[in-house]
Amino acid sequence: MAMHIVDRRLNPSSKSLENRQRFLRRAKALVQGAVKKASQDRDIKDVLEGGEVSIPLDGMSEPRFYREGGIRDRVLPGNVKFVEGDYLQRPQSKSGRSNDAGEGDGEDAFRFVLSRDEFVDMFLDDLELPDLSKRKLAEVENEGLRRAGYTTSGSPANISVSRTVRLAMARRVALQRPRPETIAQLEAELEHCSDERRPELLAEIERLKSKMRRIPFIDPIDIRYRRFETVPKPVAQAVMFCLMDVSGSMSEHMKDLAKRFYMLLYVFLTRRYRKVEIVFIRHTDRAEEVDEQTFFHGPASGGTLVSSALQAMHEIVQSRYRPADWNIYAAQASDGDNSYADGDLSGRLLKDMILPVTQFFAYLEVGESGSHPFEMSESSLWTLYQRLRAEGAPLSMRKVNDRSEIFPVFHDLFQRRQAKERVAP
Amino acid sequence: MTDRLYEGADWDFTTLQRIHDACEEIAEKELGLNVYPNQIEVITAEQMLDAYSSVGMPLYYKHWSFGKQFAHQEASYRKGLMGLAYEIVINSSPCISYLMEENTATMQTLVIAHAAFGHNHFFKNNYLFKQWTDADGILDYLDFAKGYVAQCEERYGRAAVEQTLDAAHALMSHGVDRYPGKKSLDLRAEEKRARERRNHEETSFNDLWRTVPTGPTKSASLLSVERRRALLGLPQENLLYFLEKAAPRLQTWQRELLRIVRNISQYFYPQGQTKVMNEGTATYVHYRIMTRLHQTGQISDGNFLEFLQSHTNVVFQPNYDDRRFSGFNPYALGFAMMQDIEKIVTDPTDEDRAWFPDIAGKGDAMAVLRDIWANYRDESFVSQFLSPRLMRHMRMFHLHDDPAVSEGIRVDAIHDERGYRRVRRVLARQYDVGLIDANIEVVDVDLAGDRRLMLKHSVLNGALLNEADAKRVLQHLADLWSYDVSLAEVDASGLVLKEHVAHPRVMAAAA
Repeated sequence: MAMHIVDRRLNPSSKSLENRQRFLRRAKALVQGAVKKASQDRDIKDVLEGGEVSIPLDGMSEPRFYREGGIRDRVLPGNVKFVEGDYLQRPQSKSGRSNDAGEGDGEDAFRFVLSRDEFVDMFLDDLELPDLSKRKLAEVENEGLRRAGYTTSGSPANISVSRTVRLAMARRVALQRPRPETIAQLEAELEHCSDERRPELLAEIERLKSKMRRIPFIDPIDIRYRRFETVPKPVAQAVMFCLMDVSGSMSEHMKDLAKRFYMLLYVFLTRRYRKVEIVFIRHTDRAEEVDEQTFFHGPASGGTLVSSALQAMHEIVQSRYRPADWNIYAAQASDGDNSYADGDLSGRLLKDMILPVTQFFAYLEVGESGSHPFEMSESSLWTLYQRLRAEGAPLSMRKVNDRSEIFPVFHDLFQRRQAKERVAP
Repeated sequence: MTDRLYEGADWDFTTLQRIHDACEEIAEKELGLNVYPNQIEVITAEQMLDAYSSVGMPLYYKHWSFGKQFAHQEASYRKGLMGLAYEIVINSSPCISYLMEENTATMQTLVIAHAAFGHNHFFKNNYLFKQWTDADGILDYLDFAKGYVAQCEERYGRAAVEQTLDAAHALMSHGVDRYPGKKSLDLRAEEKRARERRNHEETSFNDLWRTVPTGPTKSASLLSVERRRALLGLPQENLLYFLEKAAPRLQTWQRELLRIVRNISQYFYPQGQTKVMNEGTATYVHYRIMTRLHQTGQISDGNFLEFLQSHTNVVFQPNYDDRRFSGFNPYALGFAMMQDIEKIVTDPTDEDRAWFPDIAGKGDAMAVLRDIWANYRDESFVSQFLSPRLMRHMRMFHLHDDPAVSEGIRVDAIHDERGYRRVRRVLARQYDVGLIDANIEVVDVDLAGDRRLMLKHSVLNGALLNEADAKRVLQHLADLWSYDVSLAEVDASGLVLKEHVAHPRVMAAAA
């Protein structure tokens, strides 16, 4: 009988992708809650990793009519010790479980694995990039060139030799241009031929030569030029400046808060840009660019001059990150201390140098856990920045004391909103 | 050896062809099987997971519940909690078997023997499948269903379609005809009918009809109870059928969706009633074929050992007190019974002759087995052919758990002379589909009053419906019915033990 073998391995896989998306969409609220809960438990660095989440079955359940309880008869295999008429104790745990299942349906959880992308999507779903100061610049897309086939006109520099020669050859073959070898052969024959053959050969050679002249080796109609098209090239890279005060007054707890915020920002930016670079600038009374390890853990001491960090950032932008090519984000974390004399300089630097080139500048004032935001007196930096805001500088600023506030604050900064203006906290 | 089918573990498509031909030779000449043409499809593990989540069917309409299924299975697969089945086979003509690419050549041989011949023969010959399924039409019908659902989503919105399907799925287990009726399922005709109806509606649509006065309707109270019940075809245990025909406010496309879910449910109905037999048949067939292939030197000793290992895993039956125990393994029970029957037919003991006078010593095991495969389902199969020897061998015993008895669970019968018949009867009832699903039927509609739909659950052995789930299902039912629905749980004496009521929500589709 006929039998068919079909190789389905190359069929598009994940046929059930659409069903999965439907499922995720339906469970969106639940999954989002689960994702936020899961992300609280783990290091922010691992947020990107995706992984298993568990959602309550309630709402995702597929109910059926089924019975429970009553008198039950069962046949089981493997009896080694019972005889007819024996009594078995009812397993305690079993009855307990069945009660649970009856009462606490909502507790039953459904576990499944989210891919990395799905996880981060859910995580950042209702957030979007701020379109602030440099909106214009961000949308100015550079024009790039892209090859786009061939054309019959163009500059000599763009002649496509191979394409031209190929066309010429096709034309010569089609029009049966005599080959030089054929003529050479006839001419060689002419040397030794008999007299009666000579005129015949001469006529033939003449005919071929004239045909060869009429059909040129390369005709202008053969010539092809490489065609280029201009395409808008979006600025698809971003640099993120992490500025942090590392003077003695910053405790480990405060640094941890800052770190978590930077991490979130990083995750967020990597979703939007193909390439994200991070520059770490730490400062006391002078600033230096350092690697991540040193940034968070390296010891440092000294006074506090915020302007040094802003100056350093400005220099780095100048030398390495042309604002036309890069989307620039900056987040500054500090406990708010700054030497009084530095205020003016910092303000000027920020207003004139930094803010015009950055997409977004966030200031995060970190405090000791437990201290209530209302009890904190306004720090010198906070006062300064608030004054700048009042003058219309596009700054975002928040205060954070506890780890649990990081995500809400981040969320708050980036959430979609209609109103253009941010409300000061 | 010159006539080995393959060496080692590697295979390619010509190997598969050779294996198939060798299996076919044995299946037809020696076992006398009669199968649909085979189509063998090689798939990846991921595609296997895909297939899992749509009940093994190669194409299915889109629904979130399949995505949920997939997510769940993928999670347990990735964690290593679950191995994948070696094969999936579809009751269609041609009979499609999926083979995983990871399988070794021996596994592919096993799978071809098991699915492409064992299951295939069973699908083609068993009376339940003949009666209830339409192997020729199923794939086309699924294709139609998929397209129809997609079209409805376009026209009426995804939410409305999803809501209707959710409701239909909830009632799926009560959307089958349990007794053979007028005619068997003809899915091609189904599909044609649906298309024609839609075309007719489209061509003959005339908005004028809406404005024609309908005149006073006959007072509902004039209808006598008998007449009303006859009109609505009550009592009706096929809830989906009833809603499709009688729900007052459903749109045509909603009725069609209910019909699709009902038809597919009906298609799967025989599979639920023949698990033991179906797997027993397939396992018995693969065992016979593999053994013969080994005897004739077509597979090597090493490969045969590999097969035996898989086979032993498949037919492993843990004891009741084993952590792995989860009821009878249909492969184990089915295979053991088939082998037992073979022994009864070819080499009977006195006990066999006393218990099975019809088949004992008849000599031709395959003829007897083929006859059994064609004419029984699990319940009748167990109740007729479970032998005392096998009950002893598997050390079966019967537990009677009456919550009213405080001493505990009573051991009612064991594998002894007094117990054989009782054990067998109880085990057979365990497979009686009429007793597995709750017996729920539509009994009446209050046409004169508030159009309440009344259902009855005939309670058996005091087992009531799970309340939380019943509530949700009833809610779906009420949404489809568009008026109140009540469900009374009634015991044999007519005493109402419990009553559930649901009120319809506004359906997105009603707009």
